Amino acid sequence: MRSFTLIDFVSLFAALRWTVALVVLALAFGAPLALALATGRISRFAGLRWTMAACIQVIQSVPLLGLLFFFYFGMPMFLGIQVPALVAVTVAYTLYTAAFLGEIWRGGLEAVKQAQWEAGACLGLSAWQQFRHIIAPQALRLSLPPTVGFLVQLIKGTSLASILGFVELARAGQVVSAATFQPLLTYALVAAIYFALCLPLTLWSRSLEARLDGPR
Amino acid sequence: MNFLPLWRYQNQLIDGAIVTLELTVIAALAGLLIGIAGAVALKGRITPLRWLVRGYIELFRNTPSLIQIFIVFFVLPSFGLKLPAFEAAAVALSLYFGAYSVEIIRAGLDSVPKNQIEAGQCLGLSGWQVFRHILLPPALRNAYPAVTSQFVLLLLGTSLASQVAADELFHVAGFIESRTYRSFEVYAVICVVYFAMAMSFKALFAIIGLAAFRWPRRR
Repeated sequence: MRSFTLIDFVSLFAALRWTVALVVLALAFGAPLALALATGRISRFAGLRWTMAACIQVIQSVPLLGLLFFFYFGMPMFLGIQVPALVAVTVAYTLYTAAFLGEIWRGGLEAVKQAQWEAGACLGLSAWQQFRHIIAPQALRLSLPPTVGFLVQLIKGTSLASILGFVELARAGQVVSAATFQPLLTYALVAAIYFALCLPLTLWSRSLEARLDGPR
Repeated sequence: MNFLPLWRYQNQLIDGAIVTLELTVIAALAGLLIGIAGAVALKGRITPLRWLVRGYIELFRNTPSLIQIFIVFFVLPSFGLKLPAFEAAAVALSLYFGAYSVEIIRAGLDSVPKNQIEAGQCLGLSGWQVFRHILLPPALRNAYPAVTSQFVLLLLGTSLASQVAADELFHVAGFIESRTYRSFEVYAVICVVYFAMAMSFKALFAIIGLAAFRWPRRR
């Protein structure tokens, strides 16, 4: 047992970079997939719509913790090779991000009136041009506040990677707490760091909502 | 891949699922009570109380549920409040769910146009009658989808209670894993059980919603 010193403080902040790295990885891979899911959900082909809806439904109905364990133990089994924990964790967070962002963005796309697509068609724009220049900008405006809101959810969700032994902020907190026998100080500090990370995003999301809630 | 060794643990799985459901229902009911009280306080005239509720909401919505469970389980004992794992998880999850419920219920109440309340007062209804017949039904209908989806998220979130060894479903998974060394198979089965529970609740809530909120949306 030793006392809580500066080095413990520093180690918490050092672990923070893995929290940030997980969020960045999840967004980098999850966002393109989410866009594919969202556009698939408003496709003309019923089969594609149903498949995408089913994928989203399955991922949203399983705990994030379950998803993490599933890929952590499942990927070596399916691929037949050892995969680093980071890869398995990234796959799980990517699917989690894709399912939730996909649903948010589909909502944004569907909120833009059908007549806007038709107006684009009347101007002789191709389907892609309609999407790119008319629908997407309006949908983006509508779905930006919930997207930032989900970002908060994702940051909080990265704390679950600690359970697989991944040393990010929450895990560093457990380690420091066990070493110093100062759970109060350590967990209060960990919570404060998460809070400092998430609150600005929450406030930003709220101000975006107030600002962008114009006429549709 | 071999699922057969798991077969003899079906009783533990069922027990775990029951504990998960208990935890979910307890946290949901306590959270809703917090939500109603918080929404009333937010609409009230006592400014310090409003700040307190706002602070509570922001604090619990912007920190991970896992850390909240850790704080209740590991930190409260140093203040003399020593809770067993299940109770600690229930307290932490109730407070987490409560923070979201306050916002949902407040938004539901706010969604009713003010002139409807004034119309009720003009018809000579009492304060309670206005609340019961004019404010409550549309507010409930507007808050219902958000409450139910938050409930399903809570059901999935109870899996975090396994980290303080509350013996719910995910903790049972760890136990079976340690006995059978069938890590992947165990967690695959657990995911299916959570999926089944989540889908059942979604279906149930959809049916209740259809039956309870049948009156027309527009004239």
